[in-house]
Amino acid sequence: MKIIVCVKQVPDTKEIRIDPEKGTMIRKGVPSIINPDDRHALEYALSLKDQDSNTEVVVLSMGPKQAKNALIECLCMGADQAILLSDSAFSGADTWATANTLAAAVRKLMPFDLILCGQQAIDGDTAQVGPQLAERLAIPQVTYTRAIQLEDHAIVVERQMEDGYEVVKAALPALITATRKLNTPRYMNIRDIVKIHQMDDPVQIWDLNYLKLDPDQTGLKGSPTRVKRSFSPTPSSEVTFLTGSTEEMVSSLLDALKNLNLIGK
Amino acid sequence: MEFSLNPTQMMIQQMARKFALNEVKPTAADTDETAVFPWENVKKMQRYGLMGMNMPVEVGGAGTDDISYVIAVEELSKVCATTGVILSAHNSLFCDPLLKFGTPEQQEHYLRPAASGKKLGAFALTEPNAGTDAASQVTRAVKVEKGYRLNGTKIFITNAGEADYYVIFAMTDASKGTRGISAFILEKGWEGFTFGRVEEKMGIHGSSTRELVFRDVFVPQENLLGQEGEGFKIAMVTLDGGRIGIAAQAVGIAQGALDETIAYIKQREQFKRPISQFQAVQFMIADMQTQTSAARLLTYQAADAKTRGLPYSDLAAMAKLFASETAGFVTNKAVQLHGGYGYTREYPVERMMRDAKITEIYEGTSEVQRMVISSHAIG
Repeated sequence: MKIIVCVKQVPDTKEIRIDPEKGTMIRKGVPSIINPDDRHALEYALSLKDQDSNTEVVVLSMGPKQAKNALIECLCMGADQAILLSDSAFSGADTWATANTLAAAVRKLMPFDLILCGQQAIDGDTAQVGPQLAERLAIPQVTYTRAIQLEDHAIVVERQMEDGYEVVKAALPALITATRKLNTPRYMNIRDIVKIHQMDDPVQIWDLNYLKLDPDQTGLKGSPTRVKRSFSPTPSSEVTFLTGSTEEMVSSLLDALKNLNLIGK
Repeated sequence: MEFSLNPTQMMIQQMARKFALNEVKPTAADTDETAVFPWENVKKMQRYGLMGMNMPVEVGGAGTDDISYVIAVEELSKVCATTGVILSAHNSLFCDPLLKFGTPEQQEHYLRPAASGKKLGAFALTEPNAGTDAASQVTRAVKVEKGYRLNGTKIFITNAGEADYYVIFAMTDASKGTRGISAFILEKGWEGFTFGRVEEKMGIHGSSTRELVFRDVFVPQENLLGQEGEGFKIAMVTLDGGRIGIAAQAVGIAQGALDETIAYIKQREQFKRPISQFQAVQFMIADMQTQTSAARLLTYQAADAKTRGLPYSDLAAMAKLFASETAGFVTNKAVQLHGGYGYTREYPVERMMRDAKITEIYEGTSEVQRMVISSHAIG
């Protein structure tokens, strides 16, 4: 079985800072990590490899050269092969152009059985790249996966909904996007860390020429959407934290609500 | 001279830190409270290649250098000194002597399972009346057909009862003093080999510290480690390496206490401001930080010398002496800076202060380290 896992390197921060003039995210001084949902996608692939050593796990990412570090981490967790799609022509891509570029790479990796993506990335939060990639490749897709069962040439997936879950069966090859409920991702293994760092080039770099992509279909040029403006919303109201014992806090809360005429005196 | 970690070491640090925070820290207080050997942690460390990590790949290890190993012990000990010493005793005191002195058959039979995380090891030298004075030991190994017969007891043995394999020291010729000591490899479960008293300790509660009892234990000839009479040398060489592991444990305890304290003083308010704004507090933090950093550098230097095959006996002794006394100093100040709360079990610094003390005692007291260091310095 051949599984392709798409991962994204994202900034590790809960307080993303925006450059007020350029309207872009400030990446300097912010450590980069593998997008959390993507770890769950990778874990599922690796768990299948644990069960059957003939399973091949390929991790795929598009990004700047430093995204190699995220892929090296995937290799140290047990992935077999890592490919980084990196070219100045790819930069500034929106989700459509990103899916185009990933699809071109996946076609080079054919045949495959399964593509796994994280549900969404913590920086853009669009949840679009996985579905768009499936559409580009014209394969079935199941999003928001919380459990998977593998059958012959098919998968049965539990799909997380707001008020329950859906069971969906899809023929392989298919694309799945993983939620955090799917599993608990493993750590890197010390043996793999040593082994991978002894290799000269553990991560293959594929560029525009290699993918034979039209430059108008990728990067900023190939992106039909534009970011108009990024900003941090300014708080519109003040928050007061009540302290003290439960009785004291309840009493303060009642007083405050009365003063605001929200409840009767 | 390179003062930064290489990419492999950085990634091992990243892995060990995350592992320690997510897997080990949540149970550290409970391990202290219940004094139960943390097998769950050990199994996970076996799975991820930490147990035996600094052994070569050829004998089943992960093939890291010694700085990487020190980093792992340090990260574990930052959150749980018990878990840190289990790794240190296994790697430094069991795997290392087998790598240095074991025959290819012994390495295949005992080192490979230990280095690949399938079996746990321990090391037993100390006796009730033979601590630093190893020549006073009374455990005897008498030559018999096809092997030896062992009688005696060992005390204060780390990982005792839990470990599968043991490196044991016994007198084969009492008339020769230290030159009459030999080393043997024993397996748990052998007839006559039992475990006695469990020590109730001040700290590192979850670490198993027990007595080993040998009653006419038959040890086959092929389980003699090194040559007959070579035991004292094996023990001393092994302890040189073990001291680097304990230094790393001490650095970890100190750093863990420092991290807890810095977080605490930033949120603890007195006189309407965080106590971190008081200079008396800031100066204490400065001393804690400086000593911890110095201890870490000495420990890394000793580990680096070991990996490079350079002499490291004095470096290991200096690292262990300075790091263990630093752990004592830093954890004491950490409790002080937590005030009354620091003296309670609600905060981890109380446990860290108890755990720190042992690093000044085991694998050679601070006084023994000073003997080693001065003999190298003076000649």
